[in-house]
Amino acid sequence: MPDTTNTFDASHTGRLDDEYDDAAGYYVDGDPIADTKAPGGPLEERWDTRQFEARIANPANRRRLSVIVVGTGLAGASAAATLGEAGYVVKSFCYQDSPRRAHSIAAQGGINAAKNYKGDGDSVFRLFYDTIKGGDYRARESNVYRLAQVSRNIIDQCVAQGVPFAREYGGLLDNRSFGGVQVSRTFYARGQTGQQLLIGAYQALERQVAAGTVKCYTRHEMVELIVVDGRARGIIVRDLVTGEIETYFADVVVLANGGYGNVFFLSTNAMGSNVTASWRAHRKGAYMANPCYTQIHPTCIPVSGAHQSKLTLMSESLRNDGRIWVPKNKADCDKDPRDIPEEDRDYYLERIYPAFGNLVPRDIASRQAKNMCDEGRGVGPEVEGVRRGVYLDFEEAIGRLGRDAIENKYGNLFDMYARITGEDPYSVPMRIYPAVHYVMGGLWVDYDLQSTIPGLFVTGEANFSDHGANRLGASALMQGLADGYFVLPNTIRDYLAEGPFEKVAEDDPAVVEAQESVRSRIHQLMNTNGTRSVDSYHRELGNIMWEYCGMERSADGLKKAIDLIRTLKQDFWRNVKVLGAAETMNQSLERAGRVADFFELGELMCLDALNRRESCGGHFRAESQTEDGEALRHDDTYAYVAAWEWAGADEKPVLHKENLTYEFVEMKQRSYK
Amino acid sequence: MKFTLNIWRQPDAVTAGKIHTYELDEVSEDMSFLEMLDVLNEDLNAKGEEPVAFDSDCREGICGSCGLMINGEAHGPEVTTTCQLHMRSFKDGDSITIEPWRADAFPVVKDLVVDRGAFDRIIQQGGYISVNTGAAPDAHATPVPKDKADRAFDVATCISCGACVAACPNGSASLFVGAKITHLGELPQGQAERDTRVVNMVAQHDHEGFGGCTNIGECTAACPKEIPLDVISRLNWDLHAALRHGK
Repeated sequence: MPDTTNTFDASHTGRLDDEYDDAAGYYVDGDPIADTKAPGGPLEERWDTRQFEARIANPANRRRLSVIVVGTGLAGASAAATLGEAGYVVKSFCYQDSPRRAHSIAAQGGINAAKNYKGDGDSVFRLFYDTIKGGDYRARESNVYRLAQVSRNIIDQCVAQGVPFAREYGGLLDNRSFGGVQVSRTFYARGQTGQQLLIGAYQALERQVAAGTVKCYTRHEMVELIVVDGRARGIIVRDLVTGEIETYFADVVVLANGGYGNVFFLSTNAMGSNVTASWRAHRKGAYMANPCYTQIHPTCIPVSGAHQSKLTLMSESLRNDGRIWVPKNKADCDKDPRDIPEEDRDYYLERIYPAFGNLVPRDIASRQAKNMCDEGRGVGPEVEGVRRGVYLDFEEAIGRLGRDAIENKYGNLFDMYARITGEDPYSVPMRIYPAVHYVMGGLWVDYDLQSTIPGLFVTGEANFSDHGANRLGASALMQGLADGYFVLPNTIRDYLAEGPFEKVAEDDPAVVEAQESVRSRIHQLMNTNGTRSVDSYHRELGNIMWEYCGMERSADGLKKAIDLIRTLKQDFWRNVKVLGAAETMNQSLERAGRVADFFELGELMCLDALNRRESCGGHFRAESQTEDGEALRHDDTYAYVAAWEWAGADEKPVLHKENLTYEFVEMKQRSYK
Repeated sequence: MKFTLNIWRQPDAVTAGKIHTYELDEVSEDMSFLEMLDVLNEDLNAKGEEPVAFDSDCREGICGSCGLMINGEAHGPEVTTTCQLHMRSFKDGDSITIEPWRADAFPVVKDLVVDRGAFDRIIQQGGYISVNTGAAPDAHATPVPKDKADRAFDVATCISCGACVAACPNGSASLFVGAKITHLGELPQGQAERDTRVVNMVAQHDHEGFGGCTNIGECTAACPKEIPLDVISRLNWDLHAALRHGK
C-alpha cells in the first residue's frame, strides 16, 4: 500500500529529468501532431474566423449528403437534430430501445454557462479560465474559449425547447454555484438536469424524424467502422433484436458514443455504456488521446457485496455539511459508528487539510478515502477482505442547523441513500466511497472535432478535447450540447462541402473485409464454449484497472496491470462462455463484444498512465509528489496531449505528442494545504 | 435469502412463451432486484441454460429502461423503478412471479423485454416545441411564473418506462401523453402548437393500440415518478379546446 507521506523520494521532485521513460519498450515514438484547424489571432475571434472560413454545403445539395450519428446522448441527439434541421440526410443509431435513454439522462447537478445573469463577475473569459485551470493546464486554449462562448447559446436553445430549468419567483432563471467556483453560473433542473436537457434534445430529434430528415435505428449497436480510400464512409451494426449484421453508408460519420468508464466494471456509467464504437475507430486509424484521464467522484454509495453491478453517485454538495471520518483504531471498524467516541474518530481530511477540510477537490477526497481503507480503517461490509467505505456524518450539521434544514437541502439524496442501503442517514452516518464517473480521455480530434480519419468526427465525452486532465462540475452537459448543437454543425459543413462522395460499392474490399471481421469475431465468441461468464471477466478486468490505474498509480503497478490484462485477455478468448444464438437477441453476446474491446482499451490506459510520470488533474503518480505528499505536475516534460496510434494487435502503439502552449493563461501549481 | 422465481420465458416475438420456475439461494437483502436477476443469470449460464433477457441501463431509476411486472404489480411493491427495488422488500422464502409489461401496444421482444417504440412515435406527433438550433431568443426574454415552471418540471420527470400502461386495465398511455401535454402546455413557449400537439399525439396514441382512460388511477399509483392523475384532466381539457378551435 503506497503511503503518500512515507514513500516520498526527494530525488523525484522539482524538475523532472528527461531520462525517465517508464514506458520504454512498451511503445514507439511517432511524429508530433498539431491541431491544424484552429485559427490564430485574438482568442475571442478564433471561432468566428473558423465559422466564416468553413465552407457551406450548398442547400440544394444537402438532401444528397448523408450523415451517420452513433449515440443519442446530449452530444449525439443534438447533432443529429441540428443536422436534420439543416437539411442533411441523417441516420441516428443507439443501442438503447429509445434515443431518450442514453446515459446523459443520469447527470444530476447542472450545466454551466457564462450568462452572468447574477451579475457576480462571470464572463466568457472567466469560464474559460476556470476550465483551463480545473483541467490542470492540459486542455487547448482555443477549444475551451469556444466552449465558454457557445455555453450562452445552449441555455437560450434549451429554454426555447421548453426545458424546465429552476426559476426564481420573478420568473427568471435561477443559478447556483457548483464545484467550488466563485460565481453562480450553473443552470439546473432540480437533481435531474441531464434528463431534462436530454428530453429537449430527444424531442428535437423526434421532430426531425417526423419531418423525414432523420431516421432512428434503436437497439442497433455499431460494431465496426468502414474506411474506404482513407475516408470514414459507413458503419457496420448489429441489430440487437434480430442479431442481423447490417451495413450503412454515408458521406460522414459522427461518433457520440460517450465515455468508457465501464472499463472499471463498477462505475456510475449505465450498464450498457461501452467503448466499442470508439475502439473500432481507433483500430482503423483514429488516435486515442489521453486515455488514462479518468475522473473519480468521492461521494458514491459503497459496494455492498460481490454481486454489485454498478455504483450510484450522490451530489458532492453533501460535503458542504457532512464530516468525513474513519475510526482511529482498526478494531473499531465493525462497530456501530454511534458507539465510537469522538476521541476515537479520525476526521482525516480536516486533519490533513485544515484550510479546506472536507471540501478539498474531488481527487484528493477520493485518494485519501482509498488510503484510509487500504490502511485497514475502512468501514461497512467486508467485500473480498476489505472494508471499502468512510463515514460522512451529519450529526454535527443536524445539531447546528436542525433536522428540517438538512432535510430541505439534501432530502432527496438521503432518501436515495436509505432506499439503496436500508440505513437511515439522519441517525446513522452515511458511508461513501469513490467511484469512476467520467473520462476526460477519448478519441483525438482537431478544432473541427474531426479525428485523424478524414470524415470521422467525434463529439461529447467520446472525444478528448475540452476538459484537460480533470473536468469541472456541470461542464460535461455543457460540452456535449456545445459540440452537438453549435460546434459540429458548423465545422462538418466544411468537410461536406466536398461531397457527395462517390458511392461506395457493396463489394468494395474494405466493406467486405469489415463485414467478414465482424462475423468472424461473433463466430469466435459464440463458439469458444468455455467455462467462464462474460461478467466474471469484466469484473476481474475492473479490479485490475481500479487497483493499478485508478486514483493512484505507480510504474511498478502499471506494468503489473499490463501483464495481468494481457493474460486475462488471452484467457477470455480461450475460455469465455456465451450461450444462446447470434441470430437473436443475446445480451451475453452484446456484453462479450464490449468486454473484448475493454481489454485492449484497459491496456492502453495503463500504458498512457505509465508514460505520464506526473501527478496531474485527477491522477496521482506515486513517483511525482511534493515533499508533503501532494500532487506534482511536470509542465516541462508533460504539457502535451498523448495521442496513441494503433499499430496492430501484437504491435507497440505509436505515441504522437501534441504540445500544449498557453498564450492567455499562466500555468500554476495548485495547493490546498 | 432464498426465493422461488416464476419467470416468463419467450424466445422471440412470434413464439409462445410460458412461465419457468427457478430456485435461487444466497440472495442478499442489499441486492437490487436486477442484481438478483444478474445472480440468477450467472447461475443459469453456469448450468448451460440461456440467461433471462431483461432491459436495464442506468440502474439509478432515471433512464426508464427497466420495468417488470412483479407479482402482478408494475415495478413491484414499492413506488420506484425495478432497478431501485431491493430484495429487503421481500421475505425470505417468497415466491416471486416476474413478467414483462402486459399491453398490446408493447409487444414482447424476448423473455422480459418489450418494444416501447410506440412512445417515440407519439412524441414524433408533436411532443416538442418547434425551434431550430440557433433560432432561440435570450433565455431571459420570457419570464415564466415559478408555479408554472415548477408544475412543468414536476410532470416532465416522466421517464417513459411504461409502467402506467402496464398497470392500466385498459392498456392506456393517457398518463404518459398527459404528462407531455402538461409539461409543454404550462410554458409560454409551448402555446403556439398547443392545439395541434394534443390532437396529433392523441391520434397516434389511439393508432398504436393503447386503450382509453376510464379514470381508474392505477397508472398514477404505479408511476415511479408519481406523475399525478390530473395531467389526464389537462389532456382532456386541451383536447376539447383544440376541437372547439376546429383542429
